[in-house]
Amino acid sequence: MPTPTEHGRPDPETTTLARSRDGRPVSDRGDTVCVIGAGASGLTAVKNLAEHGFGVDCYERETGIGGAWNWRHDRSPVYASTHLISSRPFTQFPDFPMPDDWPDYPHHSQLLSYFERYADHFDLRRHIWFGTEVVRVEPVEDDRWDVTTRSTGGYGPERTSRYAAVVIANGHNWSPKLPRYEGLEQFRGEVMHASSYKDPAQLRGKRVLVVGAGNTGCDIAVEAAQQASHCWHSTRRGYWYAPKYVFGRPADQVNDTLLALRVPLRVRQWLYHRTLRLTVGDLTRFGLPKPDHRVYETHPIANSQLVYHVGHGAITPVPDVGRFHAHSVELADGRQIDPEMVVFATGYLPRFEFLDAKILGDDEGVGRPRLWLNAFVPDHPTLAVAGLVQPDSGVFTLSHWQAVLFARLLRLRTTRPERAAAFANRVRAGAGERYSGQVKDSTRHWFEVGHADYLRALERALRDLEGK
Amino acid sequence: MSERTIERVRIMRSWEWARPVRPVRREVLSATPELEEGQPLLLFVPGFGHGAWAYAEHWLGHAAERGFPAYAVSPRGHGGSGPAPEANLRAYAHDVVQVAAGLPRQAVLVGHGAGALVVAHALARYPARAAVLVAPVLGGWATFGAALRRNPLGTLPAVFGGRLRLSRRQLFSRELPDADARRHAARLGRAARRAQWQLLTGADPEPAVGRPPVLVLGSPDDRVVPSSALTRAARRYGSAPLLFPGMGHDLMLDARWREPIDAILDWLVKHPARDDRG
Ligand SMILES: Cc1cc2nc3c(=O)[nH]c(=O)nc-3n(C[C@H](O)[C@H](O)[C@H](O)COP(=O)(O)OP(=O)(O)OC[C@H]3O[C@@H](n4cnc5c(N)ncnc54)[C@H](O)[C@@H]3O)c2cc1C
Ligand SMILES: NC(=O)c1ccc[n+]([C@@H]2O[C@H](COP(=O)([O-])OP(=O)(O)OC[C@H]3O[C@@H](n4cnc5c(N)ncnc54)[C@H](OP(=O)(O)O)[C@@H]3O)[C@@H](O)[C@H]2O)c1
Repeated sequence: MPTPTEHGRPDPETTTLARSRDGRPVSDRGDTVCVIGAGASGLTAVKNLAEHGFGVDCYERETGIGGAWNWRHDRSPVYASTHLISSRPFTQFPDFPMPDDWPDYPHHSQLLSYFERYADHFDLRRHIWFGTEVVRVEPVEDDRWDVTTRSTGGYGPERTSRYAAVVIANGHNWSPKLPRYEGLEQFRGEVMHASSYKDPAQLRGKRVLVVGAGNTGCDIAVEAAQQASHCWHSTRRGYWYAPKYVFGRPADQVNDTLLALRVPLRVRQWLYHRTLRLTVGDLTRFGLPKPDHRVYETHPIANSQLVYHVGHGAITPVPDVGRFHAHSVELADGRQIDPEMVVFATGYLPRFEFLDAKILGDDEGVGRPRLWLNAFVPDHPTLAVAGLVQPDSGVFTLSHWQAVLFARLLRLRTTRPERAAAFANRVRAGAGERYSGQVKDSTRHWFEVGHADYLRALERALRDLEGK
Repeated sequence: MSERTIERVRIMRSWEWARPVRPVRREVLSATPELEEGQPLLLFVPGFGHGAWAYAEHWLGHAAERGFPAYAVSPRGHGGSGPAPEANLRAYAHDVVQVAAGLPRQAVLVGHGAGALVVAHALARYPARAAVLVAPVLGGWATFGAALRRNPLGTLPAVFGGRLRLSRRQLFSRELPDADARRHAARLGRAARRAQWQLLTGADPEPAVGRPPVLVLGSPDDRVVPSSALTRAARRYGSAPLLFPGMGHDLMLDARWREPIDAILDWLVKHPARDDRG
């Protein structure tokens, strides 16, 4: 049994006993709202619901807060060198800034300490049960929910509590996406997904192949360039490798200057291409493929060092992997390379195992919900998902406002039911809406949003809801 | 509903994100109770020209004696904080929010004079537990008119970027011994030119986040803030002002400094942490 290392709240006091559909006892938590997960999105949901006067029970399967940013967690995807890719103003919660003397791109340990401070400052831990996993979430009458939990690891009995509403904040960057390749089982070298990559020592002196050029793949390729005896970096397309700084300022701050001036996407893309052309230059001369898309049509890469190490010859760009042999890897162009270690930085897939996939409109059960504002669920007005976004900026501002909107909606359900009903219609009509320009078809872009498009849509939703 | 809350929440803040306020050395003075009794924590914000010292004189110690952890910040360019001749109201509010977010618990923000306007701006960027506006100068031309009538020589230069001079007699009642009044007046500095200008022409604060209860108090004999302004300020937040007759503008330094701070602390004890206004 895991020992809770944090002082969370004691066991829920059982109030009225109801029965679940299959006859199990259910403790009725009245108007209390349940939050699943105490990562950044869960914490902001707890804080904002409590601020709006709701009772909140939060379940967290790990023994601490912070989700992905708590490197002590088994499922944390961060590695020793992880620094933010979104600069501080875009990353902090809108009502709880990070210290202004922190670097532009803080280290992951600073982010964890920031979330710890957030939890302490707003006294959130008293709402959280640590070491408790949600295993089932089922709708019951009156738009209420039965939430079944048990201790992480499957020990101890299950218990079911009934809630007025549920916020799912379980994160979508912890379940590895591992592509299948012919011959992979026969391959004798070491194979790992980036989620188990923690420290550059793992690469030291080896011939390493890194697959994928998301931010993870680029970071690991840069470390391999410095630690490994050889680094191949395989991508199935060309990308725009954007530096963290342009014109002496964090690149996202420069971009938002243009957004503030309402410069249209096409013009911003053109300016961006020009800037990269003039600073980074033409990458095809290094053997990198030409991008098959305009900038912002794939999730942005923020990495100033990748191109630098390619220029040193410390990273050899190679095309997509074709198949594996016992002692070599065959590339799509037929070339053979002989890595001792392969790191798949091929991203993550969302998982909602505790819920019938149909409830989220994911009829095929692939993990791709059909929601409005990536958060609101058609025909389930008391259910919301927080943090299911992949923005071209920080996630936490978006999660914060999702939580505020949901809290206000829940309040209006009692004070102004007609407004809540109008909102429900909006959710039904808008399910599946996108908040970005065109993006390349890839699982990694399922939840891609442009932060400006997204936040403007959310701002409108908030105003419509409250009729202002 | 008060006129404040009808204003719109602003979610897209491109300018703010694109141009973050620069860090600065910030002076924070504090007095904390010997025994932590779980009372609300207070962060005091001085008005233009004043620094954290104004609260260190009486209020910080008194609050701590009554069991309230008390802190006071000098906004940049004031008191012992780093210089900032180019500061604007946003930078001052930023300083307040930075200090508030660094405190162990959710803070009550207390602003005096133009510091109340700084607090009103800070409330839009930090969910304070409650807010107290003491003799608030919330800006606009009406404030300027009043100041001009009462102290034309001290006020007029401010319009042209000069220093806003408040006379001893505006700040303190006759009850305060002259030596004390002189000593305090000698410590006064000045706010940055841009901030002074924004006091007249700046945009209204955005709505407060986190729905904090707000208390307004002041003196009907204040020679900077007329009673009508107090009433107007209180109405903005849906209440009436608490009045302390016979006191000057600087309630925390004047002879009867004890009465207003006791009233603030009593209000905090009485008031639920967060009211359930719908
Ligand atoms: C290497 C890396 C770097 C990143 N860098 C940035 C960045 O710079 N800026 C940025 O904004 N984003 C970044 N991200 C995205 C990242 O996903 C978010 O920053 C953030 O972690 C999302 O928070 P969350 O709370 O939504 O999810 P998570 O942090 O994943 O938290 C989810 C929580 O829910 C818990 N949970 C899940 N299922 C259950 C269950 N059934 N029962 C109980 N508890 C459960 C988990 O234990 C976890 O604590 C990065 C991601 C990675 C992988
Ligand atoms: N420093 C940081 O702060 C930091 C670091 C790492 C990650 N992150 C964030 O964490 C999230 C996840 O990033 P990630 O890099 O782990 O994953 P990701 O963004 O999903 O990138 C996955 C990469 O693998 C490729 N890929 C996926 N499936 C493939 C397949 N079947 N065959 C070949 N290639 C395949 C993708 O190519 P396609 O483009 O063709 O799909 C892409 O290049 C992102 O939001 C990212 O910004 C931040």
